[in-house]
Amino acid sequence: MQPIEVDHVSRIYQKYSARHRFQTFKSALVKGDLFRSLRPDELVTALDDVTLFVEKGQTFGVIGENGSGKSTLLKLIAGIAKPTQGEVRTQGKISALIELGAGFHPEITGRENVFINGIMLGLTKKEITAKFDDIVEFAELEEFIEAPVKTYSSGMYMRLGFAIAINVNPDILLIDEVLAVGDAAFVPRCLDRIDDFRRRKKTILFVSHDLSTVGKICDRVAWLKNGRVRMIGESKRIIDAYLQDVAEKQERSFERRQQEPFIESSDQDRRENRWGKREIEITRVVLKNARGEVGHVFSPEDGMLIEMDVVAHEAADDFAFGIGIFNSQGICCYGTNTFLEEYEPVSIQGEGKIIFRIDKLSLVNGTYYLDVAVHKRDGYPYDYHRNLYSFLVSSTHKDVGVGLLLHTWSFTSGIGIKPPQD
Amino acid sequence: MTRILRNLRELYRYRVLIQNLVVRELKARYRGTVLGFLWSFFNPLLLMIVYTAVFGLIINPRDPSFEKSPFVYALYLFCGILPWHWFATSSLESANVLMINGNLIKKILFPAEVLPVVTVTSNMIHFFFGLPILLLFILIMGRPLTLYALLLPVVVLVQYVFTLGFSLMISSLTVHFRDIKDILSNWLTFWFFATPIIYAMTFDSIQKSGPLRLMLNLNPMTHVIQGYQYCLYYNSLFHWKRLGITLIVSLILFVIGYMIFDRLRDSFAEEV
Repeated sequence: MQPIEVDHVSRIYQKYSARHRFQTFKSALVKGDLFRSLRPDELVTALDDVTLFVEKGQTFGVIGENGSGKSTLLKLIAGIAKPTQGEVRTQGKISALIELGAGFHPEITGRENVFINGIMLGLTKKEITAKFDDIVEFAELEEFIEAPVKTYSSGMYMRLGFAIAINVNPDILLIDEVLAVGDAAFVPRCLDRIDDFRRRKKTILFVSHDLSTVGKICDRVAWLKNGRVRMIGESKRIIDAYLQDVAEKQERSFERRQQEPFIESSDQDRRENRWGKREIEITRVVLKNARGEVGHVFSPEDGMLIEMDVVAHEAADDFAFGIGIFNSQGICCYGTNTFLEEYEPVSIQGEGKIIFRIDKLSLVNGTYYLDVAVHKRDGYPYDYHRNLYSFLVSSTHKDVGVGLLLHTWSFTSGIGIKPPQD
Repeated sequence: MTRILRNLRELYRYRVLIQNLVVRELKARYRGTVLGFLWSFFNPLLLMIVYTAVFGLIINPRDPSFEKSPFVYALYLFCGILPWHWFATSSLESANVLMINGNLIKKILFPAEVLPVVTVTSNMIHFFFGLPILLLFILIMGRPLTLYALLLPVVVLVQYVFTLGFSLMISSLTVHFRDIKDILSNWLTFWFFATPIIYAMTFDSIQKSGPLRLMLNLNPMTHVIQGYQYCLYYNSLFHWKRLGITLIVSLILFVIGYMIFDRLRDSFAEEV
């Protein structure tokens, strides 16, 4: 028997209609439908025939979008909810870090709450007394432990909750997204503790949106989608597949947005981000990948083409074309124009097309916004589009920064280091 | 039935938690007050003064059962009010208890019946704090405190079973029907007056009317409250048969209440 066995489990939630919410006991009695009204109007399948096994000593990750059933799965394993179908079998003492400090009473002191919370989580009084100093020290609350919990900051609250839960010393540790709220100093210490658990060959089930942590600590990962197991396997492979899926989804939603009528001068918020008298007008902007396919998600290894269609409504001999790429923090990653690059304008009239070709899109993961403009050399704008277009750079690497510097690593022979597998 | 026994065994395993939660409940109640725990004594004392003033001096009972003395009447009143208060507060609080602790039910694995048990138990402890005031009052009045007072634990046990059964039922049903709370508070007012607390079964009007007597006798709380009155006021054992039947009724209510609770248990985590 393995520590966690989830065997063809389905969980169906009963959803009651809005009318039912206000159903009263009185009206149920009057209408004589007391038991009928206890029946749900609609069923929501949160988990659908999920089967997975976690071996002893394994750190098992569960990833998936919001609403994919991760937390439901965790609750079923913790025993807080019961499966509608199938069976969940567990072996050993379970501690669930679902919500830290659930059950703290605000009026009584931290010390008293440690005892009550610890007992709720399955410790005996003696065990808590023995571990009390550890808990307080880990939570860094020595000064405040005698104060009522209502005076704690949310960080202190969380630290105390984590410190208790981690000291339960379970055979199986269930962690649900709890580290998301910790501060920069506390989270690494929590991860240290979790590492400690792994070294002691305890079984961990880790639910998180933080894919880099999942990739770092998990041996195996299950990807849930719409309540079903989409894939189970070695963590890097699953995370990559998941990222791919997310990117495709983003692509689709970008495309949907793209289908909206393009550049409408009446469109209020568009106009706010667009100025100039449009003697020369940019009528269309399209992003393409190196193979010439229109897209909005790009890989750094890939190139990108920015195509602009322009119409000069009157002839002009003073003009320059420019682009600017901004990241989500509004930092300009790169900006240039034909004037800066000393192109000499001669004449423009009627329709035309400009292609800005980027051979290698040296940017890190993230969403980027694009400025395109046509203006006079002194800066007078004909048509300026401010952050009207966006695209996504999706990479499996987690490097950071404003731009990606092309680089290589090299090591002398004394250093043993393996290059990445792929 | 076997499920209930299994649940009770499970509940016994959680006795330390229950004990700690009761202590927490008691501590938290008066946290931040100047008098702290003394309020557990002052509350019933003040309550008694109010009732003595209103019912003893203003309404002034002429019935010979109270020796025509407002203080004797106040004592009688107090014998009933104190346990009634335990019952009424427990029921009202348990109507809320699953919702208030929804966070716990959703996030931590433990039997939910711990919560109504804690409510009823902590209110019982409060009742115990009031008892010395009552006993003191009896002594000050120069009335005898007889060996019958030693039967009090039996009465307390009957009331505990009855109150817990009622609370289990109320707490689980309120999760689905929130307005049970409001119905309950009105129902408790009616129930209060349908129980011989401010009047006695020995009143002529009750003795003469068969249907009225029957109605009052069908109310289990009548016999619970009379249990206290017989132990502390009438000093007699006259009552024990009825109390025995009430114990059986209480056990039945407890089983029904627990069955309803158990039936609805799985819906708590979603509905609270």
